[in-house]
Amino acid sequence: MIFFLQLMVTGFVVGSVYALVALGFVLIYKSSRVINFAQGELVLVGAFVCLSLTTTYKVPFFLAFLLTMTVAVIVGLLIERFFLRPMIGEPVLSIIMLTIGLSSFLRGIVEIIWGTETRVFPPIFPSKPINFGGIVISQVYMWSFILAVLFLGIFTVFFKFTNEGIAMRAAADDEDAALSMGISIKKIYGLAWAIAALVAAVGGVVIGNINGVNISLSMMGLRVFPVVILGGLDSIPGAIIGGLAIGILENLAGGYLDPFFGGGVKEIFPFIILVLVLMIKPYGLFGLERIERV
Amino acid sequence: MSERPAGVFNVSYKQDREIFRTRFLRFWMIVFFIAILTGPLYMNNYLLSMANLTGIAIIGAMGLNILTGLAGQISLGQGAFIGVGAYASALLTTRLGLSFWVALPMAGFITAFVGMAFGVPSLRIKGLYLAIATLAAQVIIEFTIVHWRSLTNGTSGILVPPPKIGSFEFSSERSFYYLIFVVLVLAVTYARNLLRTRIGRAFIAIRDNDIAAEILGVNLFKYKLLAFFVSSFYAGIAGSLWAHYITIITPEHFTITVSIDYLAMIIIGGLGSVLGTIYGAIFITLLPEFLRVLAGSLGSIYPNIGDILGASRELVFGLIVILFLIYEPDGLYHRWQMIKAYWKLWPFSY
Repeated sequence: MIFFLQLMVTGFVVGSVYALVALGFVLIYKSSRVINFAQGELVLVGAFVCLSLTTTYKVPFFLAFLLTMTVAVIVGLLIERFFLRPMIGEPVLSIIMLTIGLSSFLRGIVEIIWGTETRVFPPIFPSKPINFGGIVISQVYMWSFILAVLFLGIFTVFFKFTNEGIAMRAAADDEDAALSMGISIKKIYGLAWAIAALVAAVGGVVIGNINGVNISLSMMGLRVFPVVILGGLDSIPGAIIGGLAIGILENLAGGYLDPFFGGGVKEIFPFIILVLVLMIKPYGLFGLERIERV
Repeated sequence: MSERPAGVFNVSYKQDREIFRTRFLRFWMIVFFIAILTGPLYMNNYLLSMANLTGIAIIGAMGLNILTGLAGQISLGQGAFIGVGAYASALLTTRLGLSFWVALPMAGFITAFVGMAFGVPSLRIKGLYLAIATLAAQVIIEFTIVHWRSLTNGTSGILVPPPKIGSFEFSSERSFYYLIFVVLVLAVTYARNLLRTRIGRAFIAIRDNDIAAEILGVNLFKYKLLAFFVSSFYAGIAGSLWAHYITIITPEHFTITVSIDYLAMIIIGGLGSVLGTIYGAIFITLLPEFLRVLAGSLGSIYPNIGDILGASRELVFGLIVILFLIYEPDGLYHRWQMIKAYWKLWPFSY
């Protein structure tokens, strides 16, 4: 029972990070129909920027975190302006390939600047674990979860109540109608990329605090696909629920099935879910089903 | 259709169907073939190995271009399918003791059926959903190869014997060059002819609009699966050749990076074009080598550039893909057509 709960808790924390990263992914897809294969690299960039600031430049963690978010927003805006804007109206394959190219471009930059070995954050949270009636949770996990939930909350409020958030939802719903209402679509695209880069960076800092940072962190980008397919490609609540579900399921599967398969079930299980979802309900739990006409 | 010089008319259906339509083209094709056949006489082992790698890449990319460029089904799993072909061929020759000449087509068929199985979702989903489904195929196949240790030996890989005829072993670069060349000619000819058949036209109809195609009487179920079948067959052949050429196969040869490389080949070369596939495969296969040579020659001037360029294969690769997509979305093939048209019309090229 304790083992089960422990797996659940870990799954929940990892899942909340997935939810964050997937949120950015969904935002970009929702507003511009661009499927972003470089989401994992945005995670990577965020984690490394924060790491450099705290270890090399000795900036206090909180300040470093704010600076990282600023850098992430700038990176997001630059990517949108220089790489994505020329591609408006191109076929799906070209855009997929562009973001794939972007992902290896960003990974190359990270590799040149920071190399390939694993680095760890200096201990920021106290290492003494907290005991919740038998379940032991390290403080990093708890704070990660709090941070992730905080950002999910901020963005939920953002989309519901602010002008920009409402404009983004309007643009996602019907681009032409939004344009005629005086919403600048270019601004919306830029904003979507900025937010995506920001939440990815937060996810990167969180997961980097737990596992350390190296180049393979960009694999997070692949893990986002099962999440968004389960939740529905264009649904923000879907990203959150899908993220938590995938996080918990992969940890449970890893915990109970690893002995039978000799490890690695965690990596594969989300993709098995993905295939099943695609076969049964391709638009996910909350995705909008598009009806095609000739 | 490509334009012809003035004065060349089709007066019979036979002429209309010819691939090499003009005498000029036929002449240069013969020269080209002679140049390739005599290649090993003046190429050293290094150049031959580059040629062999390129040849295998062209076969794999041709398959992907039939699926993606022709039938419009995006696949991110070509690397894994090549892996299936390589392992199938390796196991058939080492475990069952079959000869390479039997294992080669069998690897093709095994991969074709695996590919077809993963193509089943394409009947319900398309576009980016299909891209994600094939991504899952890539991950699942990779996992299976790594973890099914009793069959695939896991990460330590399998030793594969080189092909043999009688007592002659295809173990040198030179002998493999001819082997790959023969397979490559068959593969390219088949692909070139496929474009002109009922199947090829059905693929194009599905790519342009699958619902419209279905209404016009194209059986989507049959042709989509057929596209996956043909594409994976090519992947299997490429994988089998690769396994027997490299003689030791490990899962690292068939990762998602390989799939992405193949996708980059057909996009840089030109979607849906046979010639474009060849250009793209050459370009992407030789890119790391080119970077290496560049690093070597610049190393004397800027000592650090070697490290940077060495680490930057991914960076350059990404940048090239991005720049091609933004500035040359139709690929090298299109650029080549433009250059040809320019010289044909020169000096009145307006």
